[in-house]
Amino acid sequence: MEAEAAKFIGAGIAAIGMAGAAMGVGNIFGSFLSGALRNPSAAQSQFGNLIFGFAVTEALGIFSFLIALLLLFAV
Amino acid sequence: MADPNKVDPIHQFAITDVFSTGEGGFAFTNSALFMVLTVGLIIIYLVGSTAGRRLIPGRAQVVSELLYEFVANMVRGAAGTEGMKFFPFVFSLFMFVLIANMFGMIPFFFTVTSHIIITFALAMLVFLVVIAYGFYRNGFKFLKLFVPAGVPAYVLPIVVPIEVVSFLSRPISLSVRLFANILAGHITLKVFAGFIVSLGSLGALGFLGASLPLIMTVAITALEFLVAALQAYVFAVLTSMYINDAIHPSH
Repeated sequence: MEAEAAKFIGAGIAAIGMAGAAMGVGNIFGSFLSGALRNPSAAQSQFGNLIFGFAVTEALGIFSFLIALLLLFAV
Repeated sequence: MADPNKVDPIHQFAITDVFSTGEGGFAFTNSALFMVLTVGLIIIYLVGSTAGRRLIPGRAQVVSELLYEFVANMVRGAAGTEGMKFFPFVFSLFMFVLIANMFGMIPFFFTVTSHIIITFALAMLVFLVVIAYGFYRNGFKFLKLFVPAGVPAYVLPIVVPIEVVSFLSRPISLSVRLFANILAGHITLKVFAGFIVSLGSLGALGFLGASLPLIMTVAITALEFLVAALQAYVFAVLTSMYINDAIHPSH
């Protein structure tokens, strides 16, 4: 198998990693929503934590996207 | 990948010389130019808008005060009153990352934070400040950071190496998070923009089809503005949390 073909296949496999990050991000917002519906007055104070949790979880999905991009364009 | 018929999203990240004194000499690159522009804009805006020191602030001063309060509340919340010593540091990092990311959203401008070396330099700065201040303030008790409270002694040989590795991975994750978010966003924008051109060149039906990547490009541009601000916030929040670890090294 030539290097070009292997790069494309590798990039495709690397992109599968975003599934885990997607589940994580959904989990975060889902928990925030269910907590906010139980205790609406405390919801606004936790907004900062929500955004922070979203960003660090999304980072892992972006890491796997980065590997795919590196394979496609930089190797 | 420099074929003009194919999408080339990597060329936008090339570092070129704006001004150079020849081979092996001093070179002022586009990356340096935009870093200077970023810092210049921040200084001009913050100093210029607060120079009047009005008690009832005008619009420009309100924005500066909002930014100041936002970062001050974040640092105080994450690192406590003693952590406010590092407020200028965290504020500078936040403003630099925010304005550098925003400059990257302007067409034809170069995105400084899309290079790993820039974000790695910032993250290593944070890491070294945390280690230096941690040892300065706590002496060797700083190493208690790696021994979480309430862990039985027989588990320690497993837990401590894990804690050390996770501590050492902080500058890597901090830098790669910012770098990968910005790089991935800009590459995605370029790829979708390329789709508009390649679909639009297919004739009348292509024009109609090209509206789909156009809508996506607009949506992703909006998302990129959000990500630019969000990543600046996350960088600053994580820096504050790491400084809190330096001040109070027990988990």
